Amino acid sequence: MGVVTPGFQGRARSGNPRLPPGQYLAEDFPVLSAGPTPRVRTETWEFAVTTEKGDKHTWSWAELMALPSEKPTVDIHCVTQWSKLDTRWRGVAIDTLVGGLDTEADYVLVHSYGGYTTNLPLADLLDGQAWIAYEYDGKPLTPEHGGPARLLVPHLYFWKSAKWVRGLELKTRDEPGFWENVGYHDYGDPWREQRYQGD
Amino acid sequence: MARTAVSGRLAWRVARLAEIRDETPTARTLVFDLPGWPGHLAGQHVDVRLTAADGYRAQRSYSLAAPANGDRVELTIQRVADGEVSEHLTGPYAIGDPIEIRGPIGGWFAWHPQNPEPVLLIAGGSGIVPLMAMIRARRAAGVRTPFKLIYSLRTPAEQYYADELRTPVAGLDITYVYTRELPEGRPGIPRRIDVATLNTAAWPAEFGATTFICGPTAFVETAADILLALGHDPHQIRTERFGPSRD
Ligand SMILES: Cc1cc2nc3c(=O)[nH]c(=O)nc-3n(C[C@H](O)[C@H](O)[C@H](O)COP(=O)(O)OP(=O)(O)OC[C@H]3O[C@@H](n4cnc5c(N)ncnc54)[C@H](O)[C@@H]3O)c2cc1C
Repeated sequence: MGVVTPGFQGRARSGNPRLPPGQYLAEDFPVLSAGPTPRVRTETWEFAVTTEKGDKHTWSWAELMALPSEKPTVDIHCVTQWSKLDTRWRGVAIDTLVGGLDTEADYVLVHSYGGYTTNLPLADLLDGQAWIAYEYDGKPLTPEHGGPARLLVPHLYFWKSAKWVRGLELKTRDEPGFWENVGYHDYGDPWREQRYQGD
Repeated sequence: MARTAVSGRLAWRVARLAEIRDETPTARTLVFDLPGWPGHLAGQHVDVRLTAADGYRAQRSYSLAAPANGDRVELTIQRVADGEVSEHLTGPYAIGDPIEIRGPIGGWFAWHPQNPEPVLLIAGGSGIVPLMAMIRARRAAGVRTPFKLIYSLRTPAEQYYADELRTPVAGLDITYVYTRELPEGRPGIPRRIDVATLNTAAWPAEFGATTFICGPTAFVETAADILLALGHDPHQIRTERFGPSRD
């Protein structure tokens, strides 16, 4: 136990088993990002998956829309301590985009319009764990929340769910992304409170 | 080596409240003694952790309000109605009481005094805190980097650091935007930050200024969007969004 601060009691504990430690339930949908919101038009939008050998596969917006979509309902957890339960999304599973590729890569560096990056193990994007999401709550994803499309990886802190996603770079070696380079955790499991390096 | 540095930065350290300065009726600056503090850059923040007698803990982020100064660290905290942590820190929390702090955190929303580009600071409400650290760091480093501050607040009574900001500083231009109530005798009507404000009070886009915007989400979005529309380079605009999640 840490050092007790005299007189501090805290709010009634939620006791909600779906909330990871340190998280509180948000009713709204807070916005956090490092810079201005990029406005990306679907007419010029392109999504690319590049393998470690340099093979590049691209999808236009129309091609993405033509792929089979899924409608996951998931809990999301932000490192700034809010969580939302049962959020409803629609998007294309990452399995659909990378499933057929010839790759030995274990890691992915995600790239966004606007220059943001984040890294994850490839295994964390497969088996129905992650999507390129383009609808939230039945409506097109708004720019503040990463529209037209964002990565959705609900089991990790939400900074891994890169907004305005433009591509996945498959890599044989792990390379830190934007926040990971300034001290955030490489993996980011909310249940283990992996906020910063060393957690 | 890098590893040691990281674990040092992220170790929880015990701080004790050394001094209180009331900024407004609802916000106070807390000065802590924090032995072993590694130093920080203006704009960085810390995590603060409170532990109750039964072991329950609550953790929040707060910007550092002043540049590094040995084992002294300053935060300015706005009381949020029903706020679990801010109500304790602006209320019962007393001189000598312990608290845990770790950091510094965040290397992106930070200003280095050796950076020569002009700086534009845009603050909404308590978003002034990390920007004030930059103004103070500029003074402490004795540099002449041109600074402009645009500070949006509801009423004159809600201003933080009022005495300090009233003293003119060469190379620091301040524009206030009042959204609810103007100071006595000031002509015009209260309004929110808009294109006209930024067009007049900000650096022209071609000056290549580094811009730091901090405040509630809607405020940050508006200010950043206006700067983009005025032709500012998105890579030169750094934002920090805070305040309770429902603004
Ligand atoms: C990088 C960063 C820097 C920051 N710097 C500063 C700073 O310099 N100064 C400053 O004053 N603040 C700063 N903040 C904001 C600060 O971290 C806190 O969010 C703020 O002090 C409110 O915390 P609180 O515990 O008092 O309020 P909370 O208890 O978090 O409550 C905030 C609001 O949300 C509601 N709420 C919260 N939890 C629940 C729940 N479980 N159920 C229902 N409603 C709930 C409350 O009713 C209240 O209206 C910063 C934030 C960030 C991310």
